[in-house]
Amino acid sequence: MSDTHAHSIAFVRETEIPPAPPPAGETGPVKWLRENLFSNAVNSALTIAALLVIYLLLSKTLPWLLNGVWTTSSLAECREVLQGKTGACFSVLTERWNQLLYGFKYPSDQYWRPNLALVLLLFAIAPVLFFDLPRKLLAFTAVYPFLAFWLIWGGTILAPIVALVGFVAGAFVFQTYGKSSFAVGFFGAIAAAFAVWIIGGMLIPDGASDNAMLQAVPSRDLGGFMLNLMLGVTCVSLSLPLGIALALGRQSDMPLIKWICVVFIEFVRGVPLITLLFVASVMLAYFFPPESTVDLFLRVVIMITMFSAAYIAEVIRGGLAALPKGQYEAADSLGLDYPQAMRLIILPQALKISIPGIVNVAVGLFKDTTLVSVISMFDLVGMIRGPILASTEWNGVYWELLGFAALLFFVVCYGISQYSQWLERRLATDHR
Amino acid sequence: MSTLTDPPNEGFRLSMLINDTRYRSLTFQVIAAIVLALCIWYLGNNLIQNLRAAGLNISYTFLGDPAGYDINQRLVEYDSQSSHAKAALVGLLNTLLVAFLACITATVFGVVAGVLRLSNNWLVSKLMAVYVEIFRNIPVLIWIIIIFTIMTAVLPGPRAFRGDNATASMVLDAFAFTNRGIYVPMPWFENGLFASTAMNWLLVLGGFAGSWIAAHQINVWANAKQEATGVRPKTTAMILAAWLVPFLALMLIMGLTWEYPELKGFNFSGGIKVGGPLIALWFALSIYTGAFIAENVRAGIQAVSKGQTEAASALGLRPRRVMNLVVLPQALRVIIPPLISNFLNITKNSSLAIAVGYADITATLGGITLNQTGRAIECVLLLMLFYLTASLTISMVMNVYNASVKLKER
Repeated sequence: MSDTHAHSIAFVRETEIPPAPPPAGETGPVKWLRENLFSNAVNSALTIAALLVIYLLLSKTLPWLLNGVWTTSSLAECREVLQGKTGACFSVLTERWNQLLYGFKYPSDQYWRPNLALVLLLFAIAPVLFFDLPRKLLAFTAVYPFLAFWLIWGGTILAPIVALVGFVAGAFVFQTYGKSSFAVGFFGAIAAAFAVWIIGGMLIPDGASDNAMLQAVPSRDLGGFMLNLMLGVTCVSLSLPLGIALALGRQSDMPLIKWICVVFIEFVRGVPLITLLFVASVMLAYFFPPESTVDLFLRVVIMITMFSAAYIAEVIRGGLAALPKGQYEAADSLGLDYPQAMRLIILPQALKISIPGIVNVAVGLFKDTTLVSVISMFDLVGMIRGPILASTEWNGVYWELLGFAALLFFVVCYGISQYSQWLERRLATDHR
Repeated sequence: MSTLTDPPNEGFRLSMLINDTRYRSLTFQVIAAIVLALCIWYLGNNLIQNLRAAGLNISYTFLGDPAGYDINQRLVEYDSQSSHAKAALVGLLNTLLVAFLACITATVFGVVAGVLRLSNNWLVSKLMAVYVEIFRNIPVLIWIIIIFTIMTAVLPGPRAFRGDNATASMVLDAFAFTNRGIYVPMPWFENGLFASTAMNWLLVLGGFAGSWIAAHQINVWANAKQEATGVRPKTTAMILAAWLVPFLALMLIMGLTWEYPELKGFNFSGGIKVGGPLIALWFALSIYTGAFIAENVRAGIQAVSKGQTEAASALGLRPRRVMNLVVLPQALRVIIPPLISNFLNITKNSSLAIAVGYADITATLGGITLNQTGRAIECVLLLMLFYLTASLTISMVMNVYNASVKLKER
């Protein structure tokens, strides 16, 4: 049989053919292109349109960016150097760098103070943002506000020390009496803090700031991107506790407290921030005692804090509502009273759910700090639109300045939103 | 054998106010009421003292005084002799105008960008991601200023359109893009049925309303027919006719003509002038809020699980009906609530008009009127009242709609 077979077939392959390479259209970049960019006619048209858009954008901006001039001292000189070519005049950034960052009145030999405050801010904020760091670092975070106040405003060191001692006294009273009754500890702490502040305020001599170690800088001399950062950080950190209180108040069983919180939140959320800033600049002064002089920075901080507290309260209310009712009931059945249940059971979970929302509010708030330029404070946008564009040297350098402002805000806000996404992944303890 | 007795009925003790849950909430509320009253009394007292020291009083009579300033962009008759109240009204209408326009365009931008971001075209989805990130992370004030700068510094002046070797020319001979604003053709009626233009346009609007009702009726009729016979009559042509016939008839009867903008001397005349500040504000608000809406739309579409689409296809629905009957109703439920808050944000952000000199209510009532009359408290209170009313109205209307698309559970 096998013999006849061997004769009937002319050739029998004894080895396996090596596999042929896949068709050119089905591998590597070509396949990727076909699947992702040219899968059908509509997709191809979209791709070509997108390429066109990218080309148009790049062909306009790239020469402008690459031909940038960095070293002249006025727009006219820039134009001389460029000789009619397209090119940016980035020298406005180098020449007005300090003004853009610190405003035009901050004493120039004191720039190291805000710089140091910014560096210390990174250290202070790190343990708050990253839970893995040792908890003991939070002690520095607690001291930081007073240190930063002293660094930026200067003047006598006694004022921040008295403020700090007041808080320490309050915390001490709360630790001692808060165990037995939360209300007693809480109100006792407030009373103790105020007592320390009033007594300490009387102890500070009148001319203490005149020949202090750090030269005193009045609030109206603050400006530039520093002002945006200061407003953003201060208002977010102040509005967080206020927002939590408002959210809890809105959930309260006590009708009066509930309605106070509801009216406050809905009122603040219903009006634009600009009108609140108007209140700060032209109206709030009428509500302070006649002889007091509360400076504009503080008034703006009060209004922006109220504004963001209302938004944070709504975010946290969402977090509270998302908790299963069983958590509240379980806390009750363990015999925990309201403050304990909130502190130990409810808030840790509710805040965890609300973190992405709170970060969103923080980003929005930081962007909104540019609005203070409308009430003639010289923040970054105010500096650009005011002193810099109005000067004879730089009249007409719009794109470089606005682009720089946009870039600064983009870097900070994008950074924060990336952090928020990382945190969301980090905190996702449920099983997917 | 021990007997159970009630605990001895103690009298009321003072400590029960804080320790007994029956009285505690009352105690706290009384304390809160006292603190609140003290705060109000303190602030009010300060206010009265300060006002007396400054020789002022709270009064709204200034609203009747002549305003004495001009407003370029206006929807109703106004001149510098009109009252402050009229100026505030002009500003109010301008706010509503820009908010309305921006809500529409922002929704369009947002839906297009959100859908394109989910496209399986890699380049397009990345491009849309870049758009969303760039616009969300830069303050809207900077965008308004940037676009206003484009309007004023990049577009040519009317002068550039003049002469034989003009450097700029009108688009299609009908649209002129100048640094003073954009001029577009104005439609008007040669022999309108009413004397006033506004009435004629109201008539057109009424015609549209009639068309809408007719189209709706056709749909109802078609549904009934389908229920009864199982065959749906073809309605496309009828609905198209219901929309177009009344409109075209009205246009023909009233003699619609277009008035084109023309260069006369140093400026354009004729047509409608849409001022630079309005365009800057409108476009900046739309493209900024569009980025936020894009994210909501994307989240909404992704929230509809793939099984829903597959189940609908398995039932034999065509792709368009899958979209209309299954995916969109579910996605809208997720999209609508954040969309409402985005519309509210547009309305509130339109107050940034003051940065580019668009005469909205913040710029008229809260800006020039406030500075001229020095009536800070009254102006700011009126301003807040307006925004509060607008916000609450929008959120009320949208909540009604939201309730109608909400998931109906047991």
